[in-house]
Amino acid sequence: MNRHLLSSADLTRDDVRMLLATASEMHEVQRRDVKKLPTLRGRTIINLFFEDSTRTRSSFEIAGKWMSADTINITGKGSSASKGESLRDTVRTIDAMAVDAIVMRHMASGAAHQVAQWVDASVINAGDGTHEHPTQALLDAYTIEQRLGDLDGAHVAIVGDLTHSRVFRSNAIMLRTLGARVTLVAPPTLMPSGIRPWAAADGLTLSDDLDAVLASGPDAVMMLRVQRERMSGGFFPTPREYTVGFGLTRDRLRALADANSDAVICHPGPMNRGLEISADAADAARSLVLDQVSAGVAVRMSVLYHLLAGEGVAA
Amino acid sequence: MTRADSIVPPGQPLDPDGRTVLTASDVARALRRIAHEILEHNKGPDDLVVLGIPSRGVELANRLVDLIREVEGAEVPVGSLDITMHRDDLRHQPTRAPMHTQIPSGGIDDKVVVLVDDVLYSGRTIRAALDALSDLGRPRAVRLAVLVDRGHRELPIRADHVGKNLPTSHAEKVQVRLAGHDGLEDVVRIAGGDAR
Repeated sequence: MNRHLLSSADLTRDDVRMLLATASEMHEVQRRDVKKLPTLRGRTIINLFFEDSTRTRSSFEIAGKWMSADTINITGKGSSASKGESLRDTVRTIDAMAVDAIVMRHMASGAAHQVAQWVDASVINAGDGTHEHPTQALLDAYTIEQRLGDLDGAHVAIVGDLTHSRVFRSNAIMLRTLGARVTLVAPPTLMPSGIRPWAAADGLTLSDDLDAVLASGPDAVMMLRVQRERMSGGFFPTPREYTVGFGLTRDRLRALADANSDAVICHPGPMNRGLEISADAADAARSLVLDQVSAGVAVRMSVLYHLLAGEGVAA
Repeated sequence: MTRADSIVPPGQPLDPDGRTVLTASDVARALRRIAHEILEHNKGPDDLVVLGIPSRGVELANRLVDLIREVEGAEVPVGSLDITMHRDDLRHQPTRAPMHTQIPSGGIDDKVVVLVDDVLYSGRTIRAALDALSDLGRPRAVRLAVLVDRGHRELPIRADHVGKNLPTSHAEKVQVRLAGHDGLEDVVRIAGGDAR
């Protein structure tokens, strides 16, 4: 594995398998009374978040603490960045304090790649703009496999606001690495421009008909959040119209169950209930939403362990 | 750590220049004796929990529990204790995925835990295992059973039950193969080094 985790594409199938196997053991640690492992004692991890986050930041922080690393949170708002310091100066200042890892979320796509050029610490991309969020893809793969078994050959539909979704990008890459069949569903306005060459090269199927895709009985349906904070134009006329075309409504939940009784539903959160996902779907027995959160800590422990515990750059 | 010994993958070819120090029947006799010793020392099978250290320690732990069942007709809880996350040499080698920790449902609180490993060398694996145990509960006592004690301790740790004391040099390698883990007949061999 690389020293950094910037993209799902950094990980080979063997890397992903090792990370998921480790996550499974870490998940078991989570059920113990004493959750502390000494593995990363003496390591310092900075969570540098320029964008709001509840689950990603807290799960990285808990993951680091449970492995005995010192974790420190820095948010854009409370840091010198709000005084006008450049990103380069901010991260180089942090790096000068000899930290071992920087877990970074930033609103600009490519920010983590850029920072990785500037620092000695390991950089973990916890979301960069509309680009990538590899640990989310790992925890989604982990959660689905816990319920359904090996993703190799499974059919996963990713539905919704693809244009603004880093979760989709990281997931599509990782699911293909694991051998899953991937169908992308979005209204034409939210289908990223330039996706066709990628889809053709990587074997991703594109669709704008959610009902047809659900009727084909996918093993997992991954609903994406409609990211209104990133939308400047009219991607769809009204929220109601979006729901009618692309929301996982009660009727569609039933259609999915009819087509594949074992199908599961994921959502990276936070959910817009009533917009992209109905309350019935979010709270259904086949919904893995809370399992995803629970897996988040185990998966991030696994990532921190493999990036930070071994000698220099692990083979 | 038992270093190279502990990370020999299953089924790896044996060094042809090595010499056999324990045959399959030697291993069987040693384990039978250890099973008796454990029972004798504990005055029966009550409160015993046998935990193997992956990977070959788990195979040995299962065999010991089978032998105890033969001797005493009692079912002693058996499990595994992975120590990867507690190692003190993590920084000196590439990371590897931790192996499975399986604690029997009765837990280890107030039990007599018998740790089982194949080779006792520096004692660092056992140090890590003791730390891992303390995260899981508070045993009444911890005992240590090993198939081979090859000396060269770096920590004040000793085994309570030893299959075979095997004086070695640092340059030598102790190779353990177990049917059930490596899929071949049990054998313990010494390879490498000049001291014969």
